[in-house]
Amino acid sequence: MSPGFQGRPRSAEPALPPGQYLTEDFPVLSAGPTPKVRPDTWEFVVTTEAGAERRWSWAEFTALPQDTPTVDIHCVTRWSKLATNWQGVSLDVLLDGVDTDAAYALVHSYGGYTTNLPLADLRGGRAWVAHRFDGRDLPAEHGGPARLLVPHLYFWKSAKWVRGIRLRTMDEPGFWETAGYHAYGDPWREQRYTGD
Amino acid sequence: MTEMTYLDGNMLDGPLRELFAVDLSAATGRCQSCGMTGPLAGLHVYPHAPGLVARCPACAAVMLRLVRAPDRAWLDLRGTTYLQVPMPPDEPQPRPV
Repeated sequence: MSPGFQGRPRSAEPALPPGQYLTEDFPVLSAGPTPKVRPDTWEFVVTTEAGAERRWSWAEFTALPQDTPTVDIHCVTRWSKLATNWQGVSLDVLLDGVDTDAAYALVHSYGGYTTNLPLADLRGGRAWVAHRFDGRDLPAEHGGPARLLVPHLYFWKSAKWVRGIRLRTMDEPGFWETAGYHAYGDPWREQRYTGD
Repeated sequence: MTEMTYLDGNMLDGPLRELFAVDLSAATGRCQSCGMTGPLAGLHVYPHAPGLVARCPACAAVMLRLVRAPDRAWLDLRGTTYLQVPMPPDEPQPRPV
């Protein structure tokens, strides 16, 4: 053993995906006007490839078991924010007992936004419908009343103002995925654009 | 019955170069969603996003999206029925063969 050898310091581990910079604030990105969604008219619906639907009202949704994930988020516009605190319902809860053979999901939002991802990426404790951020109700500019939270993919997949998920046997590209962005969007593989 | 033939996209180079050389802010677009017709300059553009999103000022439907990668760009006009572009008179137009 060499004297003074301390091994590789943990700080040498890459903290950020390639091409990202750290930000302390929380930039607001939006492809359109902020939809005004009142909790008393809000609903979340899972639609299977056979057309079967499961719906939750706001009261039903907030009565489901809650998680409080602390996660790093990575926006394709190159900012990353570490250790963000959320509260929401795991997609494992929302998809529990849903009869499906679908391999893909198309997420849709109030205001018309859509984004696609493999259904497997919504399972396994890696995705939530989040309605609180930093101990407060999620502000509308950040997607409130509720947004998808899928922190292991670029943040455009974490659809703001989420309204539901359509389960699909074929992958159907969403709003940004039809305009040049990557179908999957893994920040650690820097899958920003189609073909990356 | 005559079989329809087509040309490859290279024939678009000339027409598109001419088109995109003009100031498109003077162009008029028709919204595919509501039919509103107005200048591109009047669209509502949301720039704080992964790309530029231009919406109809009347119905807020997306009329144009432009995504710029370092080495590529994507222009999506599916929300625009047409662009009407002011042109100098008497420019001969390429015709389909």
